Amino acid sequence: MDLTPLILSAKLALISTALLLVVAAPLTYCLVYFRFPGKFLVEALIGLPLVVPPTVMGFYLLVLMGPSGMLGKGWQVLTGQPLVFTFVGILLAAMVHSLPYAVQPLKTAYERLDSRLLEMAQVLGCTPVTAYFRVILPNTISGLIAAGILAFAHTMGEFGVILMVGGSIPGKTKVASIAIYEYVEALRYQEAWILSLALVAISYVILLVVNGLNRRSAHAA
Amino acid sequence: MPLNAHLVKRFPHFTIDVGFTCEAGQLLAFVGPSGAGKTSIIRMLAGLERPDTGLISHEQRDWFDSEQGLNLPPQQRQLGYVFQDHTLFPHLSVEKNIAFAAKEPGRVEELLNLFNISELRHRKPNRISGGERQRAALAQALASDPKVLLLDEPFSALDILTRKQLRKELKGLKASLKIPILLVTHDLDEAMYLADHVLPIDRGIITRDWLTRTSPDSCPKGNNLSSISIPRTTQTGQL
Repeated sequence: MDLTPLILSAKLALISTALLLVVAAPLTYCLVYFRFPGKFLVEALIGLPLVVPPTVMGFYLLVLMGPSGMLGKGWQVLTGQPLVFTFVGILLAAMVHSLPYAVQPLKTAYERLDSRLLEMAQVLGCTPVTAYFRVILPNTISGLIAAGILAFAHTMGEFGVILMVGGSIPGKTKVASIAIYEYVEALRYQEAWILSLALVAISYVILLVVNGLNRRSAHAA
Repeated sequence: MPLNAHLVKRFPHFTIDVGFTCEAGQLLAFVGPSGAGKTSIIRMLAGLERPDTGLISHEQRDWFDSEQGLNLPPQQRQLGYVFQDHTLFPHLSVEKNIAFAAKEPGRVEELLNLFNISELRHRKPNRISGGERQRAALAQALASDPKVLLLDEPFSALDILTRKQLRKELKGLKASLKIPILLVTHDLDEAMYLADHVLPIDRGIITRDWLTRTSPDSCPKGNNLSSISIPRTTQTGQL
C-alpha cells in the first residue's frame, strides 16, 4: 500500500495552513475593524470558493497559473519553472480555495471580542499593528487555532481544484483524494477503503478538537 | 495647558454642537441623560470618532482641525481614558495591564501603591471586584503620564458604597494631577462633587456652565437630571 498520497496531502495541508493563517489573520482583522472602500466586494470575493464549484474555481486558477496566465507567466520569469502541475501550484490553489474556511472562524472570534479593547490599546499608544499582536491575537487565539484546523481539514480532502491545477503526478500532485478516485476507477477497493478511512479518522479528530475549542471559547466569553 | 474644543457632529435625530475649554488641573463634567451625546464628545476628544467640523487643540498643538483636514489618531494624543467597564485587557494581570502603557517600570509600582492594589498585581481582571477593576483602570490610564484624562461614566457600574469611595479617591487624586480631566456622567451628584465646571448636555447642546467651587448651597439637589429644567439656551451660572 502506497502511503505517498496521504503524506503529500498532509504536507500540502500543513504548509498551506501555515501560509494561509499568515494571510487570513491580518485580512480578517482589516475586514472586521476597519472601513475601506470596496470592503463588501472583498468580503464576497473571499467567500466565493464556498459557492463556486471546485472544478470552476480550478479552471480559472488553471488559466491564471498556466503559461499564458498572469501568475504563471510571472512565476516562470521569476523562477524559470512552470506553476501548473507542480507542488507550488497546488499549494497556491489550496490556499485560495481554503481561504474562507480560515477567515470565518477568525471573523467570529474578532467580532466576539469587545471592540473597546482595540480602542483602548490605541488610546494607550498602540498602532493598529501593535494592537493586533498585543491585544487582539492573545484574546482570539482559539479562533486562530480553529481557523487553522478547518483550513487543514479542508485541504486534506481537497479534490477538484487540485486535480484541475495539478493533475495526478505521483509524489508531486497526486494527493490522497485523487489517489482514492483512481483506486476506485481501477476497482482497487481495498486501497480506496484504507485511504478513505484514514481521511475520515483525521477529519473526525479535527472536528472533535474544533468543537472542544468552541466550547472553551464560549465558556470563556 | 488648556484643552480647547469646538465639536460639531450630526446624527439622524440631533446635532452635537459644543465648545469648551478645560484648564490643566480642572475637572469638567458633562452631565445629562442617556443619548444626550456625552460619550460621543469624549470619543471625539479621544480620536475614536471624527467630528464633522470643529477644532481640538491642546498645548498649542492641534489634534483635530476640520479646515486643515487634520485628525491625529488616538495613539498620538497622549490620553488616559477610563471606560464605564471592561477597560482592562482580560489576558493580562493587573500589573501587566498597568505596565502596558507605562513608559518607566518604576511607574507601575508607584501606581499599584497609589491605588492600593499591590496585592492584586498577579490577578487577572476577571478575578477581582468591580471597584478594584476600576482602580486598576485608573492606574492604567495614568501609567503613560497622559496629557489629558478622559473618564466615561467610570463608576456607574459599581455599587453605591464603592462608587462613593472611588469618587473620594478621585477627588484626592485630582488635586495632584496637573492635567485637564473630562468626566462624563449621568449622575449630577457625582458631577457636582468632582467637577470645577458642570456642563449639562441636552441633545448635543451645552445648556449651561455651572461653576461648582462657590455657592454650594445653590447646587441642585437630587441624583438625576429629571429634577432640573434645562433651557435650550446656554447660560453661565454659579452653584
